[in-house]
Amino acid sequence: MSLSHDDVRKIAHLARLAVSDADVDAYARSLSSILDFVEQMEAVKTDHVAPMAHPQDTAQRLRDDVVSEADQRERFQSIAPAVEAGLYLVPKVIE
Amino acid sequence: MEWETVIGLEVHAQLATKSKIFSGASTAYGAAPNTQACAIDLGLPGVLPVLNREAVRMAVKFGLAIGAEISPRSVFARKNYFYPDLPKGYQISQYELPVVGLGKLEIELEDGETKTIGITRAHLEEDAGKSLHEDFHGMSGIDLNRAGTPLLEIVSEPDMRSAKEAVAYLKKLHALVRYLEICDGNMQEGSFRCDANVSVRRKGTEKFGTRAEIKNINSFRFVERAINYEVERQIDILEGGGAVVQETRLYDPDKGETRSMRSKEEANDYRYFPDPDLLPLEIDAGFIEGVRGTLPELPDEKKHRFMTHYGLSAYDAGVLTASREMGDYYEAVVKACGGHAKLAANWVMGELSAALNKDNKEITESPVSAAALGQMLERIEDNTISGKIAKDVFEAMWNGEGSADQVIEKKGLKQITDTGAIEAIIDKVMADNPGQLEQYRSGKDKLFGFFVGQVMKATGGKANPGQVNDLLKKKLQ
Repeated sequence: MSLSHDDVRKIAHLARLAVSDADVDAYARSLSSILDFVEQMEAVKTDHVAPMAHPQDTAQRLRDDVVSEADQRERFQSIAPAVEAGLYLVPKVIE
Repeated sequence: MEWETVIGLEVHAQLATKSKIFSGASTAYGAAPNTQACAIDLGLPGVLPVLNREAVRMAVKFGLAIGAEISPRSVFARKNYFYPDLPKGYQISQYELPVVGLGKLEIELEDGETKTIGITRAHLEEDAGKSLHEDFHGMSGIDLNRAGTPLLEIVSEPDMRSAKEAVAYLKKLHALVRYLEICDGNMQEGSFRCDANVSVRRKGTEKFGTRAEIKNINSFRFVERAINYEVERQIDILEGGGAVVQETRLYDPDKGETRSMRSKEEANDYRYFPDPDLLPLEIDAGFIEGVRGTLPELPDEKKHRFMTHYGLSAYDAGVLTASREMGDYYEAVVKACGGHAKLAANWVMGELSAALNKDNKEITESPVSAAALGQMLERIEDNTISGKIAKDVFEAMWNGEGSADQVIEKKGLKQITDTGAIEAIIDKVMADNPGQLEQYRSGKDKLFGFFVGQVMKATGGKANPGQVNDLLKKKLQ
């Protein structure tokens, strides 16, 4: 299976990765070869195998509904690039 | 050209847990920004989500209430998108295997008919934070207190055919989650939010038209307005020879219109995949039966019981069971007034509801308790006061002037039932109005009302109206 240059640009955009035009061709080829590798598994007959959602065949453990986290805002915000009035500041996301 | 509207609703109900769905941070509303956002909610590296049992229990409770199948095994998936109020870059949701499968909800239409609306699924997911776009010198402020709050997303089938039906469905769902005590239903605080998928098609055709998804409709009134606006907009486009674009539109309550939010080029591609941080959720029969044991009497069951047990009409029973609190209040009034179910219904739906509306109060905040109202109704039944005087008594009780008996005593409102006393007043009224008496006796029957009015006025409204009628009839002849 081969990915087009447009596919690569779209994937990069969705992942918010900056991929320069010069690198698109190389990414297209490497990503396609990964897909080719995965495609080999199509040869295995899986008709009678129930799909797994997780490699470990076990179930989710549940926790009790108890508030156990204390406020650590100051610690968390000490590593944030910009904060004000208790809020994290980010570049404006709407016009 | 006749058009048919097709509506499906997606409702996000915030589950009333104490802690978040995947972390032990508090979900309490109104805290200072980011004081309830822990490392897991912030998506810091190395943290792992652990699922809250109570959120699962609440989802199962909802599923049982709509007669849906509970998936013995369901899976959490990552829904990938970038937005600053979602620090991980994905929302943990459910995609292919939701916890609640196909169910249904019955709604009452204006003409008294009922209609069944299918509920496709309901799944568990985490809420995002809040973005504040003003006042930060060109930047946006992010509060992540809400991030990780458990949501139950309830997706209906495209079964509704008008904005009114959509509102009826939404109200029914709202009442149900509150009956179940899984969501506080507070729409102002965003605990119960609704998106509407709206399309139109030519009447008689099978194929659905292209739909628009309307976001941000956070009141029952807005749902109706937003849908009606959107339907008109789509019909105008189609009748003008154009085509409706599939897109997300935002409802602007100030302008009363919807506007495009995301263009088609930006169409979301969420790339769902099973979240490797979470194992499949397994729900066994024991867990389900445990939850079933906690189900309260549901709105429809209560409504039917009110009709058969209290002899109420479908309409009255519907109004009185619209919320659990309303039903509880009504039943307490009936008990306190000695079982006069219809009288109690009239007062709860009439004077009490009007007073609550006027003061913008919930029934749980009523200054007149059910027991106090019941006692007053007993005074109507035992002829201590008339229905008319009862309104004054009620008003005094509402204003904190004491119990019914205290108000009646203090204000001297006790009904005059002494025949002699009433007759004396009638004699005086007749003597004071010889002209009217003459006219009445010469055939002007309508004047009977005049005499009743005069007698009531002379007694300050305290005479028993039935007695006044009987005595007047005899005297005037």
